[in-house]
Amino acid sequence: MATKILMPALSPTMEEGTLAKWLVKEGDTVSSGDIMAEIETDKATMEFEAVDEGVIGKILIAEGTEGVKVNTPIAVLVEEGEDVGDVEAEAAPAPKAEAEAEAKSDDKAPAKAKAPEAPKPDQTPDWPEGTEMKSQTVREALRDAMAEEMRGNANVFVMGEEVAEYQGAYKVTQGLLDEFGGKRVIDTPITEHGFAGIGVGAAFGGLRPIVEFMTFNFAMQAIDQIINSAAKTLYMSGGQMGCPIVFRGPNGAAARVGAQHSQDYAAWYSMIPGLKVAMPYSAADAKGLLKSAIRDPNPVIFLENEILYGRSFEVPVMDDFTVPFGKAKIWREGTDVTIVSFGIGMQYALEAADKLAEDGIDAEVIDLRTLRPIDYDTLIASVQKTNRCVTVEEGFPVGSIGNHLSAYIMQNAFDYLDAPVINCTGKDVPMPYAANLEKLALVTTAEVIEAVKQVTYR
Amino acid sequence: MATRKSTAKPNVSADDLKAYYRDMLLIRRFEEKAGQLYGMGLIGGFCHLYIGQEAVVVGLEAAASEGDKRITSYRDHGHMLACGMDPNGVMAELTGREGGYSKGKGGSMHMFSREKHFYGGHGIVGAQVPLGAGLAFADKYLENDRVTFAYFGDGAANQGQVYETFNMAALWKIPVIFVIENNQYAMGTAQKRSTSTEDIHTRGAPFGIPGEIVDGMDVLAVKDAGDKAVAHCRAGKGPYILEVKTYRYRGHSMSDPAKYRTREEVQKMREEKDAIEHVRDLLISGKHATEDDLKAIDKEIKDIVNASADFAKDSPEPDVSELYTDIYATDIPQGAAVEEDA
Ligand SMILES: Cc1ncc(C[n+]2csc(CCOP(=O)(O)OP(=O)(O)O)c2C)c(N)n1
Ligand SMILES: [Mg+2]
Repeated sequence: MATKILMPALSPTMEEGTLAKWLVKEGDTVSSGDIMAEIETDKATMEFEAVDEGVIGKILIAEGTEGVKVNTPIAVLVEEGEDVGDVEAEAAPAPKAEAEAEAKSDDKAPAKAKAPEAPKPDQTPDWPEGTEMKSQTVREALRDAMAEEMRGNANVFVMGEEVAEYQGAYKVTQGLLDEFGGKRVIDTPITEHGFAGIGVGAAFGGLRPIVEFMTFNFAMQAIDQIINSAAKTLYMSGGQMGCPIVFRGPNGAAARVGAQHSQDYAAWYSMIPGLKVAMPYSAADAKGLLKSAIRDPNPVIFLENEILYGRSFEVPVMDDFTVPFGKAKIWREGTDVTIVSFGIGMQYALEAADKLAEDGIDAEVIDLRTLRPIDYDTLIASVQKTNRCVTVEEGFPVGSIGNHLSAYIMQNAFDYLDAPVINCTGKDVPMPYAANLEKLALVTTAEVIEAVKQVTYR
Repeated sequence: MATRKSTAKPNVSADDLKAYYRDMLLIRRFEEKAGQLYGMGLIGGFCHLYIGQEAVVVGLEAAASEGDKRITSYRDHGHMLACGMDPNGVMAELTGREGGYSKGKGGSMHMFSREKHFYGGHGIVGAQVPLGAGLAFADKYLENDRVTFAYFGDGAANQGQVYETFNMAALWKIPVIFVIENNQYAMGTAQKRSTSTEDIHTRGAPFGIPGEIVDGMDVLAVKDAGDKAVAHCRAGKGPYILEVKTYRYRGHSMSDPAKYRTREEVQKMREEKDAIEHVRDLLISGKHATEDDLKAIDKEIKDIVNASADFAKDSPEPDVSELYTDIYATDIPQGAAVEEDA
């Protein structure tokens, strides 16, 4: 049967091209793999090979023709002894699917602009009233969370630099090697990219790895595996293959360790669909969220803070205490302004609120606890009440979580705002070493107080 | 086409030999069809064909057992067909349709099958190497005797994460076979312009990983080497490296102007080393099959491939609601490996 040879698409972006040169002429016999023509695409001159056997019955587009659209018939291939006439009458095979796709594409744009819905904040208590409490450091709470989950699921294991014999560079994994042994508490070489990838592969293979980064600064070497392999695979596999893994470790500035060891990655990871991101402040949240993270079927970025490791908080004494993702915690109720923060930023937010109270300003302080998902409902309900908002975080100002919250509030509670939202952030500089400069580079309680005074016009 | 003459006697049964012929032919015809559909605009983006390299996956699949895992790069169509994935589902993924393995959301470079233990389809050069070691790490942890084939290219062999992985795989005796598909080019860069040594299989030696070079145009040689590597891994001796010398006939992807090598070079490989012609010759000259037997296989393959193209054209595009699905799992998708093992 005679077939039409169509102008091929030879690059992902090619729509038309120049038929630069014919290397066959009418009557020539061609077989699969023979070059028939040279075609100039938008990128390069390419050789165009025959895929079928046959005889060139007729050349329809002369060489040198420019602007030949993809799928235009350029020649007719016939079988030995066949007449070209047979094919002329047949319609060119229309790229049906494409035409349909185009026709449908209009209704594809998802309607985004919708009227803001009334927020439905869930502010049920994290533990039942009357629960026994004990004082614990964030470090101990994190260790307990891992130990409890490892007892409950034999597929949970910890890997990272110095997590086993050294008991953790920051002693978070203290005692785990003794209890669970070297099979489940694994010291890795200093090879973040590699062991992050091995962790992700192990999660694909059915295990539940907890990968500790000595600090998140070093996870930049592994970020490709975190984002391209861990976060995207569920989607790319059409839901077949998830990646239950926790990447955890200290994040943000410690003290006097300079620019390469002092960076807050909250905004970086929170940008990525497919990741979940937690950044706890208190020991109870550290424990409850880490247990949830280990059970979560998705990749979780768990951002801890070195300065908070040694802080003590009240932690409920319960057999199985977890905190759900996407539920903010109101640390302090107030009516005059909403201060929203997370992680170590909460320290400045709470201090500021105490001082502001002395001046008669009643601040509501919200700890987001997780940044993916974010509890927008609790935030918006609060802003609707206070009509003012200040965000607090240690990260860089450009593309910060505060920027995102401001935009969200503007879109969803514009009519409630009595003042522009102010973002208190770290400064737009690499972290300096000098003690005085380092202090200036971080966000401060004084700045939060100043911002609150600005939005409350005091 | 000139036929490659075989010297070695086949060390497998006539049925096995016929199966290799069939499986290699399926890949070749499938890829030719994919090339055509690309030319028609039905397949978009990057599309990396496996034509010329068929003996590599077919030989290694012959060495694999049920439950063994495999993972590779974006040049993945051959691997999927060789491990028994459905050509319809693969082709429909290439056309970005609902019937594709990833419901059209992955594309040529990103497909997976938990059922066939195929773990992708990865677009970042080298990233599949630690992932593959991680899959094998899981099997070792679960104390089964499965092995993982982690395929990567000669270009990928220069990625740092490959050596990070070699180190850990050797240190922890991970049952992974590193298969370097050395097709001699990374896009337009010939191996000698990118790689300081001629041999890549020796690069495991400093880590204590044995490696060998394999004629990747000879499916029987590949199977032999595969058997050896699998036995090594299953015996708990840790990783193994196979540097399989092969050749891709087509461009790196569809938009490759192929100015970095001569037409004669390609033609010479096709004529003198073609892996499918090699097996065809073994079958005919050894009187294991007649021309008619092979014609029947050709016909069967043609039908499968045409059906896959029809399926891939007819399958609808994914519903627009799919844009927002599969971002987060709500339960444990793999149902935990412990169960699988029970
Ligand atoms: C990290 C990374 N860098 C660059 C690319 C672009 N790229 C895609 S394939 C390729 C060549 C890889 O060659 P090789 O590993 O030999 O595999 P082959 O294509 O020959 O199968 C390059 C540079 C990429 N996908 N990922
Ligand atoms: Mg290559």
